[in-house]
Amino acid sequence: MMTLNEFRGLFHNGLVKQNTGLVQLLGLCPLLAISNNVINALSLGIATTLVMAASSGAVSGVRNFVPNEIRIPVFVLIIAALVTVIDLVMNAFVHPLYLVLGIFIPLITTNCIVLARADAFAAKNHPLHSIVDGIAMGLGLTLVLVVLGAIRELAGQGTLLSGIDLVFGEAAKGWVLHVLPNYQGFLLAILPPGAFIALGLLIAANNWKKARAEQRAHAALPVPA
Amino acid sequence: MITAASRNALRTGVILFVFAVVGTAMLAFTHDRTEPTITRGQLAAKRALLSQVLPATLYDNDLLSSQQSVPPDALLGTRQPSALWIARRGDQVSGLVLEAIAPDGYSGEIALLIGIDIDGNVTGVRVTAHRETPGLGDYIELAKSAWIRQFEGKSLTAPPLPQWKVTKDGGAFDARAGATITPRAVVKAVRNALDFFARHRATLVAPPVAQEKAHDDAE
Repeated sequence: MMTLNEFRGLFHNGLVKQNTGLVQLLGLCPLLAISNNVINALSLGIATTLVMAASSGAVSGVRNFVPNEIRIPVFVLIIAALVTVIDLVMNAFVHPLYLVLGIFIPLITTNCIVLARADAFAAKNHPLHSIVDGIAMGLGLTLVLVVLGAIRELAGQGTLLSGIDLVFGEAAKGWVLHVLPNYQGFLLAILPPGAFIALGLLIAANNWKKARAEQRAHAALPVPA
Repeated sequence: MITAASRNALRTGVILFVFAVVGTAMLAFTHDRTEPTITRGQLAAKRALLSQVLPATLYDNDLLSSQQSVPPDALLGTRQPSALWIARRGDQVSGLVLEAIAPDGYSGEIALLIGIDIDGNVTGVRVTAHRETPGLGDYIELAKSAWIRQFEGKSLTAPPLPQWKVTKDGGAFDARAGATITPRAVVKAVRNALDFFARHRATLVAPPVAQEKAHDDAE
């Protein structure tokens, strides 16, 4: 079983300490391509989290049967199969959103963070821990995706949650928040360079926060005489 | 003689094979379960798109099953066979929907779906794919602005042919300052599609070829 502390540790690791988007800088391709609005970002984040939870669980479950030499092909096979399942299910049940996310769903297979966690964590740990680790890592990525999506959507078109009708149907069209009315739009934020600039700013903010925390920790230490 | 090494290789191979079989079975199962829903969703999406360019009141046949293939045609801007749907009310052809391509957009081709009624009036135009600049040339999408709706009710005589241009070129179709290449391409493509319809009207409106053939055979 899992203690509360272990559980907390895994989440802290996934969301903050080893955040895929801000610290490990893994899986940046979908991160940059799909973060042009909150809904796209959230959808791809959730899909990736599902894949990570399922693949970590599956990899951990079979870890004792997989010889070391073929562990990578087996893990890739497991991940690819799970992604294809999610791809088919999304195509069937949220077709409009599937059209928007398009190629990035199958590309979750090649998102290195999924294989990285399978090999670095799930292959050595109990399934329960591995699933929690997968979810925590996935949520860490989702968090960065959503923040980046919100910044780019707000700066680019002055709205939040545009395209929500693709997930919840026509009725949800009224849920779009027009935060800045009569906004002229800022093209750079929506185009790929905007993604790099915004991600750079987020990483910088994260590093600054870390540096300040370290400084404070140093200051708190008693100065040797 | 089987050495330890080859025995190990065999064991590894079998394990990999078992994983491949399990993975394939999982995919086959999911595919089998989702396929009907996926097909239904795709058909519904296509039907919804067609009904956007041709009002449902104009026809009572199943538009989707009326699909025909049109050979590549310069007026349609196509280099591959494109699709065409014939709308009928009773036995009468009441209009059609055709695929056309505006080849000279700002960033390449703009794919269009154009509905035309039997009298040659545009009933609707939608952009189905394009790579125009986001925030600048993408107002041709209905999701971004109602610009594309100004074609509704237009024909080769209204406005007169020389007026089938954007306002900046002295025509009747308005375009936003700063992005005239995109609307220019779309206006031209719609005009050409109407031209295509006018030239092929006789064959398009005629009863389906299959019936004629059957008739001929009977004689």
